[in-house]
Amino acid sequence: MLFGFEWDLSSPLAFAISILPILLLGLWVTIQATVVGFFVALVLGLVFAVLKAAPSRFIAWPARLLTEFIRDTPLLVQLFFLYYVLPEYGIVLPAFLTGALALGLQYSAYTSEVYRAGIEAVSRDQHEAARALNLPAARTFTHVVVPQAIPRIVPAMGNYLVSIMKDVPVLSVVTVLEMLNVAKIIGDRTFNYLIPLSMVGGLYLIMTLVASAGVRLLDRQLPKQGLPLK
Amino acid sequence: MNDPIIKFEKVVKRFGDLTVLDELDFEVRKGEKVSIIGPSGSGKSTVLRILMTLEPIDGGMVTVCGEPLWHEQGPNGLQPAGEAHLRKMRAQLGMVFQQFNLFPHMSVLRNITEAPVKVLGLSRAEAQARGEELLELVGLADQADKYPHQLSGGQQQRVGIARALAMRPSILLFDEPTSALDPELVGEVLTVIGRLAEEHDLTMLLVTHEMRFAREISDRVCFFDKGRICEEGTPEELFTDPKEDRTREFLKAVLD
Repeated sequence: MLFGFEWDLSSPLAFAISILPILLLGLWVTIQATVVGFFVALVLGLVFAVLKAAPSRFIAWPARLLTEFIRDTPLLVQLFFLYYVLPEYGIVLPAFLTGALALGLQYSAYTSEVYRAGIEAVSRDQHEAARALNLPAARTFTHVVVPQAIPRIVPAMGNYLVSIMKDVPVLSVVTVLEMLNVAKIIGDRTFNYLIPLSMVGGLYLIMTLVASAGVRLLDRQLPKQGLPLK
Repeated sequence: MNDPIIKFEKVVKRFGDLTVLDELDFEVRKGEKVSIIGPSGSGKSTVLRILMTLEPIDGGMVTVCGEPLWHEQGPNGLQPAGEAHLRKMRAQLGMVFQQFNLFPHMSVLRNITEAPVKVLGLSRAEAQARGEELLELVGLADQADKYPHQLSGGQQQRVGIARALAMRPSILLFDEPTSALDPELVGEVLTVIGRLAEEHDLTMLLVTHEMRFAREISDRVCFFDKGRICEEGTPEELFTDPKEDRTREFLKAVLD
């Protein structure tokens, strides 16, 4: 029994059906971790992208160094660090939050590069037109650059969304009960790993296909020339 | 006419080792329509880009409406201008770009109203009224809600002209406004520019390869060569009786 659901070992099919609700609870945790992690990656990545583009070297350099460091060290190391080291300094976060933050942090290093490329892809002509019209720099960024950069970054961001989703099982090492962890517990208790693990694979496939289709749909919906301003 | 509204004094502009403007002296009086012609690389567009504050100068002095453009008064005399001074000076100038440089994600009307609302502080309704008036002027009254990619090149450039006019500049700069257009679309843009030249006291500075047009609308034509004015004069003088060999060669090459 797990989460109040009994399993039925009478036949493989009955077993699969009986553990499906348990796995779906795990799946729900996986989705939550993905969403929180992706959100952190989007926000933190934008912050890093802006810092890296800062005119001052004293801001740009540390930001560059930090994202390089984050990108070149394994997610698992960062996760352990946040989970085991932070509490020594009095910062105690729930396992789920720690895990989602670690995911978001790792991916923010990648998303910051996507932002940078998207922002730089907006042509010099656009900046010159804005300057000739005396538009303030901030307004140029928010109303000229960003609307044109968004359609360009959506496909790459979509890929990272799927990647984050597939990295969520790493959180199981810090006791987060996401889908893989739940399946492993079922296997440990029933000595049947084949069916729960196969179901995890199948559910993952469905989830990533749906996410990719969503991203593609969004990509097709967005006008290539930028988010329209009437 | 009166005092010069634009004045270049020994202006130097370099790109790396290349000297684009070589101690250029150049003046435009208020309300004057001046065409700049010359071979590519002669520094024609650079003059406009310096005026629009898109390119800084490496030496000399540019004055617009009696005030230094790239310098401002500091505690120890003139110093390189800061962004606040450039913003103030830019308000006098408008520019029409070779590649139109419209904002592709904004509707035609929004392209024209964005800066008047944000920079001049007009209400959206005022800006739209002004925008619609200008679209009428350039013959695109029915295209306000379209997006640039739905228009032809000629129509896009006419929007570009309306967008620049919406800021009510006293000087309008045209940087090869028809060079990126298919030949059959050049006429509609030139018609609009010609009408502006006739009906407005706007000071106009036009870099162009359209010799016949330059001859029609200009008060004065300047032939640029190697970063300096090689020859200047009324269209009559320059086109029918050029004094310099370089001018003659150039005109022969482009008019044949």
